[in-house]
This record gives sequence, structure tokens and C-alpha cells, in this order.
Amino acid sequence: MTTDALFNSLFGPGRHTIIIDGAFMHGTAVVAGREAVVIGTRDHAEIDCELALKVAGTLLAAVAEDGNGSRPPRTIVILVDTRGQALSRHDELIGLNGCFAHTAGCADLARRCGHRLVTLVHGDAVSGGFLAFGLMADRICALPHAQVRVMDLRAMARVTKIPYDRLVVLAEESPVFAPGAENYWRMGAVHELWSADDDWCARLEAAVNCAEAGDTRAALGLERDGRRLASPLAQLVAAAS
Amino acid sequence: MSVKKTSFFEASARTRIARLVDPGSFSEFCPPQLRHTSPHLARLHAPVAFDDGVAVGCARLAGHPVLIAAQEGRFNGGAVGEVHGAKLAGLLDKAVSERPAAVLLLVDSGGVRLHEANAGLIAISELMRAVLRTQAAGIPVFALIGGSCGAFGGMGIVARLCAEVVMSEQGRMGLSGPEVIETVMGVEEFDSRDRALVWRVTGGKVRRALGEATRLVEDDVAAFRAVTADLLAEYGARPLKPSSLDTLFDAHARLTARTRRFSAARDGREIFAASGFSDIDGVPLMAVDAFNRHLMETA
Repeated sequence: MTTDALFNSLFGPGRHTIIIDGAFMHGTAVVAGREAVVIGTRDHAEIDCELALKVAGTLLAAVAEDGNGSRPPRTIVILVDTRGQALSRHDELIGLNGCFAHTAGCADLARRCGHRLVTLVHGDAVSGGFLAFGLMADRICALPHAQVRVMDLRAMARVTKIPYDRLVVLAEESPVFAPGAENYWRMGAVHELWSADDDWCARLEAAVNCAEAGDTRAALGLERDGRRLASPLAQLVAAAS
Repeated sequence: MSVKKTSFFEASARTRIARLVDPGSFSEFCPPQLRHTSPHLARLHAPVAFDDGVAVGCARLAGHPVLIAAQEGRFNGGAVGEVHGAKLAGLLDKAVSERPAAVLLLVDSGGVRLHEANAGLIAISELMRAVLRTQAAGIPVFALIGGSCGAFGGMGIVARLCAEVVMSEQGRMGLSGPEVIETVMGVEEFDSRDRALVWRVTGGKVRRALGEATRLVEDDVAAFRAVTADLLAEYGARPLKPSSLDTLFDAHARLTARTRRFSAARDGREIFAASGFSDIDGVPLMAVDAFNRHLMETA
């Protein structure tokens, strides 16, 4: 799907003004009858310091623009397509983890200032590149063909020294390690799985309307029976004396 | 009390806690006796630990009430799985309701535990939000980094969300470890067996020179304790203000300027040169005191 076709499906033809700057995208679109801010990446972007800072800067600009009380804070739609963090000595040296933390902090500030954040995974969503901002949203939706993962099973087999065939069998029983948006749905980190037949404009409107500022992912993972321990154990520690 | 130095690098997670806080003040939540092990490791027939590689609890440090967690680098590289992550997230939730002077995270972790990669990634995302939530409530979180696994992967991001990052020279911090970069990009990009290079890219001194770490201390638990006690006193006098548009614009300007300034840098030597050290090759050998003094004088 081309980016323009994606935008037309999500926002409706003529209802989006989004600038494509290499792998980075930013602009505005109409969501639920109101202007929303759109920030994202495409082409399986590798997130380096520069790209993370572009995302952070756009988040801060949106908070600043709506901060004077002239209008209610706009919804921020985050479009995720990343193959992960940049793997380079240069980015490590100058503090890629620090840039990602900054970007996450900017997303959190937007939330605290009343913006709702909705992530749409329209391509890949891989480990560090997903952590930096996509996973910071209030509500996360996976479009058809979205690939959510840390590592593919063959690489995992090499690192953990567990035979690949065994991992394939175990992945049938448990969502805990194998790639797939469906697994992340069961574990509570993807709120919605969209299908090609859905009306995406309507789904996006509904997603914005039910986005909540609190982090309820552990409870959702328990409810969907994909992550049984995280919620009760965190509660046990929180209540310990 | 003994004056013998306890290497932070060599010590276990529980020894680090015991020597860091006021003697006898540590009380552990969900201790190993309760056997909260990882069912996911068990299913893969991988070894489990009764604490899933992290100790969490409350203690006092120089009299200040703190919540504290220490990751055990010797178990699966301190990697974060479902149980491990939930213990850390629960501790931060507790901080919001109990309002200790600070939360201390003794980070020693390569990041996500691959045996339960999805659970680990989600747990780290939850930790990131929990640290931000805790600090938005005015409770500072300090990352203390000086173990053999450093602070990598998602834990490198979590560490940098903390109000203070205290490192020893032996401590390392980053996102992708040198081995990962070498495996994927080739040895020309990053030779992970060149230990001196690894330390010049990820180690405590270069992190401190860049401002990624806020304090550099000797590899001695007592030194970590002393600087943490100072920080607790500082935050007691001047409580943490939640980040705001102004503070994040400032941080953004600093990071942007730094990224431009070092747009082609690939070796910590360039950072040390920019920090005004005259004898660049001598920096790794400099005593921590002299190193800190130089940074203070040139700041």
C-alpha cells in the first residue's frame, strides 16, 4: 500500500496534509471531525539519533501549539514502521538510548498535557524502534500485515541455543516469544487488530474515543490470558510491606 | 564498619544492596523463598531463579527511606522477562503511593530476555512509563550502573529516563551492545573484542563526559553510597520538579546541538578532546577524582 493510499484509508481523501521527509512523516489530518497531529516513520525506518530527535521535536511543537488554551489538545496519531534502532557505533557513542529516552519523555509530556496518543502499526514494529515512541501511546492498533517482534525465531534459536523446530512448536502454545501482532494483542500491548475489510476511518475514530491515559496493558494481558503474571505480581509488590 | 573496598562490579545484586543502604535496613518484597520463577524459562527447559534475577524492597540510605531494586547480572545477563519486569513495575507503582525519598535502580542488564522476548519488551515499555509516572509525581528515580552487564537494550533507555545516572568507570551504558553491532554490521563497524574501544564508546567516563551520566564514581559500593546520600540530600532540599515543556525544550536543544557537534564521531577520543582533556590517551587511566575535577573546572 502506498503512503497516500494509507492516508486516504485512515483519514479520507483530501483530509490529510502530511509531509514525507525520507523515512520521517509529519503533518495534520482530520480524525473524528477534528484536526489531529500525525507523526511517524515509513519504509521500515531504522531509528537513529537524528530521526528520534525529529519525532521528539514534532511532539514538543504539538504540545507548544496547543498549550496556550486556544483549543483542546489535539489527538496525536503515531504511524509506526520501524525495523528497530540504528545499529552503529556512531549512534551508540553519542547516546542513542538517551535520544530514545528523550523521545519517550516528550510523548509522556504530551499525554500529561491532555493529548491522546494513538499508535497505528502500518509496517514493522521492532524492539528499540518500537519502544522509543510507538509503544508510548495510550492505544495501539495493528493494521493487517503489521509485523511486531523483537527477533525472528531463527535468530532466537541461534542465541538461545534452543532448536528452531522446538521453538516453532512452543510458539503455537504461547504468545510470549514468537513474532506477531496477534501475540502482542493477547499480551495486552496491542489493543486492536484491524482487518483489511474494516472501515479504518471509523476504527480510528473509535480508537481515539476509547484511548485512556493510564497504562492498563498488564491488566489487559491478564484479561486476554496472554500474560497471566505481570499484573498480579506488580500488585503484590505494590501492596507489600 | 570495615573500610575494605567492595567492588560494585564483582558484587552480587544482594551484596550491592546490603552494602549500599544503612546496615540491616533492607526488607525484600517477594523474596526468593516465595519462588516467583519464570514459567516461560521453565517451558524452554532453561534454568530459573527463585527471584527471576531481581531483588526489590525498601531500605534506608543515610536515614532517607528509599525503594530499591537490584538486577542480578549473573542470572541470564540481568535480562528482563515477565516476572522480573513486573517486580520492577510494582516497585515503581508503590513509590507513587508511598512517596519514598527516591527509587534506586541498580541496573545490571542486557535488556529484553529473548526466551520471553515479547513479555520482556512489553515489560520494559511498562517500566519506561512507570519511571515517567513516578517522576511526574515528584519522586526521583536514580539509576546506579556498575555491573558486568551494564545497562543495555531497553534498560539503557529506562536508565536515561531517570533523574540521575550514577556510573562507575567499569559501568557501561548504551542501546545495542557491541557484540550485536559486530554480528549484524561487521567487525569494521564495531570490534567487540577491542575492550579499550568498547569502553571508550560505552563506558562510564565517556558517558559522564557527554552528560549521559550525571555522576562518575569509583568501582566501590561505598562510593556509590556516598554519592547517592549526597543526591538524596540535594533532592530533599530541592524536590524534583516534573518535566515541563520548558525543560524538555532545553533538553531537546542540548541533544540536537550535541548530535550536530559530534555528527561524525565514532570514538570516545573525540568526546574527550571536545571536553578539553589535553592527554586524550591518558583519560582511561585518569583517577576518577581527577577526571571529575577536570569536568567541573571546564564546565
